[in-house]
Amino acid sequence: MSFINYSSREINCKIVYYGPGLCGKTTNLQYVYNRTNPDAKGKMISLATETERTLFFDFLPLSLGEIRGFKTRFHLYTVPGQVFYDASRKLILKGVDGVVFVADSQISRMEANIESLENLRDNLQEQGYDLDKLPYVVQYNKRDLPTVADLTEMREVLNTTHVPDFEAVATNGTGVFDTLKAVAKLVLTELKKGS
Amino acid sequence: MAGPQIVMYEEEFNQIQEVCEKLVKDANAIVVFIIDKNGQLIATAGEYENLDTTSLASLTAGNIAATGGMAKVLKENEFATQFHEGEHQNIHIQIVGQRVILVVIFDERSSLGLVRLRVRKASQSLTEIFERLVEKMQDPNMAAPLEEITDDDIDNLFND
Repeated sequence: MSFINYSSREINCKIVYYGPGLCGKTTNLQYVYNRTNPDAKGKMISLATETERTLFFDFLPLSLGEIRGFKTRFHLYTVPGQVFYDASRKLILKGVDGVVFVADSQISRMEANIESLENLRDNLQEQGYDLDKLPYVVQYNKRDLPTVADLTEMREVLNTTHVPDFEAVATNGTGVFDTLKAVAKLVLTELKKGS
Repeated sequence: MAGPQIVMYEEEFNQIQEVCEKLVKDANAIVVFIIDKNGQLIATAGEYENLDTTSLASLTAGNIAATGGMAKVLKENEFATQFHEGEHQNIHIQIVGQRVILVVIFDERSSLGLVRLRVRKASQSLTEIFERLVEKMQDPNMAAPLEEITDDDIDNLFND
């Protein structure tokens, strides 16, 4: 749910990175954090376990600049990917304006990708959202690994609605900003439509 | 389909800000802030210059969401009040009108009893203001905040 503040002339939007455990959601945010001008970002918060697995969420506030005198601020969140944290995932989807689905390209993780995508659809539905009507992009992460699935196959299975999709290697930043820009643009376009 | 927007107008913002500033004084608080349930900061008052209010807002919303999840498991509607006691500072969190979250940070110069009392009064004023705001947001003549924005404006934002 976007928040438009006329008084401070700000537009605030929420983007959620979703995907199976260890697919690289937190790594996406960390890369964005490390490569963003200090003026344009706030502190990154990670609520993680002792073994650095996301427990509740990661949070990164980001300013993208001004549109017609309105500062645009995006709040980026990740969900915990591990299956048993489903209750937390549902909470983080509340008020979402745009979704990035981060898929793990390794063949061995295809099943986990499919399961997570179904889980995303279900959890959105529970909150009254329809994934097909939300600003939404897909990222195929870990393209640098030797055992990755064929891109065409991944598209067929994970991007049946043909939303913008990107190959990525979040550890070195490949595709990270392309993904973020694409979803942010869709969110703003949707906001304009809705007004 | 994005979720419904919250739109804040100057008039209501000033009223909300006034309530926050009054609450800082009346409750002898350090900081008072109001956030929506998604973690967006709406208003802040008091000594917040050295405080990372954005982080606090997001964490408070996460906290409220988690507590709301617990309430659901217990078949409660919500747990409207939370209190966290620290060595030097304390946080009082109150859900107002099931819509926004009122956070008061205070130290030994105040007390939980006083904060509770003043929060109750402020909550009533805030509920009224937010009800008016919701009515205004539903008014078709008011709700057209971004229609002047063009596709080019959006594209320009992403030009490196």
